Amino acid sequence: MTDRYYDVVIIGSGAGGGTVAQAMIPLVQDGRRVLVLEQGPRLGVDEFTGRELDMAESLYEDGGGFLTADGTMTLAFGRVYGGSTVVYTGTSLIAPERVIRRWNVPGLDAGDLERRSRSFMRQNHVHYLAEDRLNDNNRLFRDGARAAGFRCEQFPLNLDGCVGSSLCNLGCPNAAKQGTHRVQLPNAERHGVEVVTRAEALRVEERAVIARVHAKAPGSKGAESEWAPGDYRIRAGIIVAAGGAIGSTSLLLRSGFGSGLPCLGEGFTCHPAFILVAEHSQDITNDVGHPKSFFVDRAEAEGYVLETCMYFPFTTAKNLTGAGADHSAMMRAFPRLQMILVLACDSAVKGNRITIDRTGRPVVHYRFTNDVVRSMVAATRAAARIFFAAGAVRVHAPTARPHIIERGEADRIDQRISERFFLPGTTTVSAAHLMGGCAMGRTLADSVTDGFGRVHDTPWLRVADSALFPDALEINPYLTIMSLADRVGEGVLSGAGELLDSPLVGHG
Amino acid sequence: MLAAHRSTFRAFAQTVVPEMTELDEAGWAGVERTVEHALAQRPPRVRRQVGLFLAILNNLPRLRYGRSFSALDAARRAAVIDALQHGPVLLLRRGVWGLRTLVLMGFYTLDETMTAIGYRAHVHGWGMHRPIQS
Ligand SMILES: Cc1cc2nc3c(=O)[nH]c(=O)nc-3n(C[C@H](O)[C@H](O)[C@H](O)COP(=O)(O)OP(=O)(O)OC[C@H]3O[C@@H](n4cnc5c(N)ncnc54)[C@H](O)[C@@H]3O)c2cc1C
Ligand code: SF4
Repeated sequence: MTDRYYDVVIIGSGAGGGTVAQAMIPLVQDGRRVLVLEQGPRLGVDEFTGRELDMAESLYEDGGGFLTADGTMTLAFGRVYGGSTVVYTGTSLIAPERVIRRWNVPGLDAGDLERRSRSFMRQNHVHYLAEDRLNDNNRLFRDGARAAGFRCEQFPLNLDGCVGSSLCNLGCPNAAKQGTHRVQLPNAERHGVEVVTRAEALRVEERAVIARVHAKAPGSKGAESEWAPGDYRIRAGIIVAAGGAIGSTSLLLRSGFGSGLPCLGEGFTCHPAFILVAEHSQDITNDVGHPKSFFVDRAEAEGYVLETCMYFPFTTAKNLTGAGADHSAMMRAFPRLQMILVLACDSAVKGNRITIDRTGRPVVHYRFTNDVVRSMVAATRAAARIFFAAGAVRVHAPTARPHIIERGEADRIDQRISERFFLPGTTTVSAAHLMGGCAMGRTLADSVTDGFGRVHDTPWLRVADSALFPDALEINPYLTIMSLADRVGEGVLSGAGELLDSPLVGHG
Repeated sequence: MLAAHRSTFRAFAQTVVPEMTELDEAGWAGVERTVEHALAQRPPRVRRQVGLFLAILNNLPRLRYGRSFSALDAARRAAVIDALQHGPVLLLRRGVWGLRTLVLMGFYTLDETMTAIGYRAHVHGWGMHRPIQS
C-alpha cells in the first residue's frame, strides 16, 4: 500500500465533485494540496462515437443496466471523469421554492440556492435554443401540449456549439454540453487541483481514504490512470464524498459509518420514468436536433413532469412494452416517432433505501408506491392527449392493454390507460435522477449531515452530491446538486484552517 | 453461455422480434456476440440466472402443450411469453424482461437493423441531416 498526503480529498468528479474541486482553487492558491479520485476513465473527445453499446459500456455504471434489488427498475448513472454530467441532457432548472421549504433543512433556503444556480448557469453557458434549432419532435410536443390545454415551458440548456446530433445521453461527440468534465474540472486542474482517474475509493477511515487504482483494460476507452495501478492510503485533513447518491452512500456504509448514523442509506428517491412513443403519418425530424427543449410541469398538481426526449434504437425497443409484430412495427416507424418522457415525483418512504451486499456493492431497494403508480398513469394519459393533439395516428402506452391506442380511440384514453396495467417487472421503468441516502437535516435522528454537508459528529467528513437530498426535488436536479456542493465547498474553505492544520495520523 | 441454450434463445428471439427469422448465420453470430459480451460484464450470478431462466422457459410449455418451447409454433410461443410476462410470478416476469432486453440489445444495435428502421442520428447532427426517401 502506497501512502500519499493531501489537504482535501474529493471522491467523485460529477456534478457535486466537480463543483467542490473548482471551489477548492483558493486553497490550492494558498499552497494546499487537493485531490479528486474518480473511479471512471478520462475520455478524449474523439472517443465519443455516439454508438449505443460502445458508449453505454464506457460511460455508465453496469453499462446503464444497474437494477434495483427486485429487478423492476433500471438506474442510470455515470462512471467517468465528469460523472453523470457527461451523459446528462443539460436541462438547467432552479429548485422549486416549495420543495426546499418542505425539506425544512436548517440554514438552507431557496433564495441562496437560486443565487448559486444562476451563477452556474452563467458559467455553463445556459440559454434557450432558437426556434430554427428545434426539431419536429420538440415542436410537436409544444404545439400538442398547448392544444391539449397544458402549460408548456422551454428548457434552458447548457450548450456551447451544439450541432444537434441528438446523442447527449451517449456523451456529446462535439464537446458542446457543458458538464463538469468541460467546465469545472478542467478549470480546477488548470489551477493545480489533481484529478486521478480509474481510482476507486474502497473505504474511508479516520481522515484517510483507501483507494485502488485500476489498470486500463485492453481495448477499453479512455486514458491510463495518472497514478500507477495499485492500492493507496491517502491521508487528508478533510474528505468530501461526492460519488453520487449510490456511490457516496455505499462508500460510507462500506466504511462502517452505518452504526453511528441510523439514517445512512434511507430516503432514496429517483423520479421513476418511462418513455412513451407515438407514430405520425409522415417522417418528422426526431433523431437530429437537441433532444430536450420542452416540458410540462404537473409536479405540484398531479405528481408528474412530462419532457421531450429521443432515444436510440436499443433503448427505444427496450422501453416499448410488449413483443412481436406490434413492437416491431413501432420500431420500423422510427423516422415517424415522437417521444415523451414521463417522470413521476416520488417521495422518501420507509423501505426505499440503499444498502450494501456482502462484497460492499450497493443494493437499491425500491417499491413503487400507489401514489407513484397513480402519477405515472395520470402522466401517461396526459402524454397520450398531447400526442393526439399533435396529430399522432397511434400511441404506445405501457400502461394500456393492448399497448397500442389508435387515433379512433382518443376519446377513450381514460379507460384504455389504467393503473391495472402497471406491472412491475414487465413495464420498463428507469430512473436517472438518483437522490438521497445521506440526507441533510437537523440531528442524527433525522439525517446524516447538516445543511452544509457536514456528517454529524464527524467534522472532517463531508458529503457533496445528490445523496444530500432529503426528498425528491421534483425537477431535473443537476443545478441544485452543484449549488449544494458549492455550499459544501464554502464550508470547507471557511473551516479549513483548524482541520487542515491538525496533524494527520502518521504525518506530523 | 448461449451455446447450451441456443435453440431456446433463438426461438425466444424470433418471437420477440419476428424479423429475426430472416437472420442468416452471420446475423445470428452478430446478435449472439453482443449478448455474450453483455453477459460477460455481469456478475456470475446474473449469468446463472439467465441460463436457469432459459432452461425453465424451454421446459415449462411441456406441462400445457406437451412440447418444449423451442418446438412450439410461433403463435404458441407468443402465448407462452405473454402469459409469463403478464402472470403473477415476479421472477418469471423479470426473466422474460431480462432475456427480452438481451435480444433487443443484440438485434437493435446491428448496423443493418439501424439502417432498416431508418435511424439517422449522426455526430454532425444538422450538418448531415437528410430526409428519408420513402
Ligand atoms: C442519462 C441522464 C440524463 C440526465 N439528464 C439531466 C438533465 O438534463 N438535467 C439535470 O439536471 N439532470 C440530469 N441528470 C441527472 C444528473 O446528471 C445527476 O443528478 C447528477 O449528475 C448527479 O450528480 P452527483 O455528483 O450526485 O453524481 P454523479 O454526477 O453521478 O457523479 C458521481 C461520480 O462519482 C464517481 N464515484 C462513485 N463512487 C466512487 C468511488 N467509490 N470512488 C471513486 N469515484 C466514485 C462515479 O464514477 C461518478 O463519476 C441526468 C442523468 C442521467 C444519467
Ligand atoms: S445534441 Fe448537441 S449537446 Fe447533445 S450530443 Fe449533440 S451536439 Fe452534443
